[in-house]
Amino acid sequence: MNFLETLPPLAQHWIWTSITMLAIVGSMLGLLPIVIWAERKVAAHIQFRPGPNRVGPFGLVQPAADVLKLFFKEDIVPAEAHKVLYVMAPLISLIPAFVIFSVVPVGPNVIIADLNVGILIFLAMSSLAVYSIVLAGWASNNKFSLMGGLRSSAQMISYELAMGLAVVSVVLTTGSLSTVRIVEGQQGLWYAVLQPVAFLVFVIAMFAETNRTPFDLPEAEAELVAGYHTEYSSMKFAIFFMGEYMNMMAISAIATTLFLGGWGGPVLPFVPPILMGIVWFVAKVAAVMFFFLWVRWTFPRLRYDMLMGFGWKFLLPLALANVMVTALVRYWWLHR
Amino acid sequence: MTLTVPMVFFVVMAVSGVIGALQVVLQKNPVVSALWLVLSFISLAGMYVLLSAPFLAAVQVVVYAGAIMVLFTFVIMLLNLRHDIDDGLHHVARRVLGWAFGLALAAVFYQMVRKPWALGPGGTTTLESLQKTGHAEAIGLSLYTDYLFPFEATGLILLVGIIGAVVLAKRRSDLVASRAMPAAPRATAGPTAGARPAPVVGEPMKTTAVSAESHREEKQ
Repeated sequence: MNFLETLPPLAQHWIWTSITMLAIVGSMLGLLPIVIWAERKVAAHIQFRPGPNRVGPFGLVQPAADVLKLFFKEDIVPAEAHKVLYVMAPLISLIPAFVIFSVVPVGPNVIIADLNVGILIFLAMSSLAVYSIVLAGWASNNKFSLMGGLRSSAQMISYELAMGLAVVSVVLTTGSLSTVRIVEGQQGLWYAVLQPVAFLVFVIAMFAETNRTPFDLPEAEAELVAGYHTEYSSMKFAIFFMGEYMNMMAISAIATTLFLGGWGGPVLPFVPPILMGIVWFVAKVAAVMFFFLWVRWTFPRLRYDMLMGFGWKFLLPLALANVMVTALVRYWWLHR
Repeated sequence: MTLTVPMVFFVVMAVSGVIGALQVVLQKNPVVSALWLVLSFISLAGMYVLLSAPFLAAVQVVVYAGAIMVLFTFVIMLLNLRHDIDDGLHHVARRVLGWAFGLALAAVFYQMVRKPWALGPGGTTTLESLQKTGHAEAIGLSLYTDYLFPFEATGLILLVGIIGAVVLAKRRSDLVASRAMPAAPRATAGPTAGARPAPVVGEPMKTTAVSAESHREEKQ
C-alpha cells in the first residue's frame, strides 16, 4: 500500500484499473462453468429430473468434463466455407460481452472505465454482437445457417430499438449517461419501480438480444437444425456456447445497473463493508441469470412473424410512449 | 513529435482506418468489403475519442457499425451479390471513370483540409468548455437551438423514406397475393395464404445454391 502511494497518480490509476480488469475478466471466466452447470441443473429440476450428479459433488465438475469432450472432438471446417470468417465468427461473439463489462460498476468505485457516456458503450457493443451470428451463418455456406443468420440480424435490429428506448427512459430519469451516476440515482428507489414499463421492455428485449428462448429463432433446432452453428464443431462450437453465456452475464449486469440498483443494498451481517457492494451486485446478477434459465424452460418458442410483429407493433410503440411520458414528467419536474 | 500514449493510439487508429478503407475497394467479395468498412468505422470512432468527443464515438459505432452496416450485410447476403458486378460498362471504361472520379474527390479533399472554412464556424465551443459541460450536453444544446431547422428537416426526410418503404412493401405483397391466389391449390389458398410473409423467407433458399458456386469460382 505504501509503495503504491509513492507512485505518481497516473501510475496508481493504471495499476488499479489493471487489477480491476483482471479481477472482472477472471471472475467472468471462472463463473462460466458454474453458469453452465446451473443451466443444466435448473433445466433438470424444472423437468423433475436430477440432472448431472455423477462428476464431482452435485455434478459440479460436469462442465469441465463437457469442455474436455469438446476439446477432443474432430474440428471440421466445411470445404465450401469462407475459411477466415468461419473461424472469426465465434471469436467475435466473445468481444462485446467483455467490453460491456468495462462500463459496469461492480461495486462503489469498482469500475474499469467510468465514462460520461458509459451506457452508450453498452448500446454500441450490443449492436456489434449480431455480426458474430450473421457471419457464422454466411461463412458456413449452408442454407440453414444462412437462414439463422438472416433471422438473427432482423431480430436483433428490431429489438435493439426497443431496448435503446428503454435505456433512454432511464437516462432521462437520471439526467446522465454515466453508469455510475445511474446506479447512484437509484439508491433510494430502484428504476424497476420508477420505470416499470421501461423495465418490462428491457427484459423482453434482452431475451431477443441474447437469442434465448422464447426468442431463439436463429438456432431453432426443430426447423433450422441449430441455425447459425449447424456446421460448427469442437472448440469453435464451445466458443459460441461460451459467448452465449458471456452475453447473458453482460446483459444481466447491465439490467442490474439500469433497473435493480446496481451495487446498492441494505447492510448484510458477516460481510466486510468493502465487499458489500460486490456481494449485492453478484446476487442481483445471479437472480437475473436465474430468470433467464427459468424462462427458457417454461416458455415455448415464438413463430417468426409473431416475433417481428410483436417487436415492431407492440414493443417499439410502447417504449416510445414511455419515453414521451418520461420526458413530459421530467420537464414538469424541472419547471415546477 | 514525441512518443506519447495518444500518439501511439492515433497511429494505430489511423493505420487501421486507412487499411480498412483501402480493403473495402480492393476486396472482391462484397461481404468481406463490408466488414473492412466496419473496421474503418470503428477506427474513426477511436479518432473521435482522441478528439475528446466520446458521445460522437459511441454514436458512430451504434449507428454506422452497428445498424447501417448490419443492414448492408443483410442486404448483400439476401441479394447474394457476385463479386463481378455487371453494370453494363466496359472493363476499361470502368477503370478510367473510377480513377477520374477518385482523383477529383481526392483533389476536393485536399482543398478542404487546406482551407480554414472546412473547419466550420467553430462557435464558442472549446476543449475546456466541453470538458466542463460534457460532450453530450454540448451536442444536444447546439442540435436543438442553432441547428434546429436542419435537424427537423433530416427527421422529415427520414420519415419520407420510411413511408416510401411501407408503400413499396405494400404494393409488392398485394402483387404476391393476387398472383398466389388462383395458382395455389384449394386447401392452402385460404385468406391467410396471401398475408403470410412467405417471399422473404423463401429467397435465401434459392440463393444459397448460387453462393456455393461463387465460393467455388473464387478458388479457381
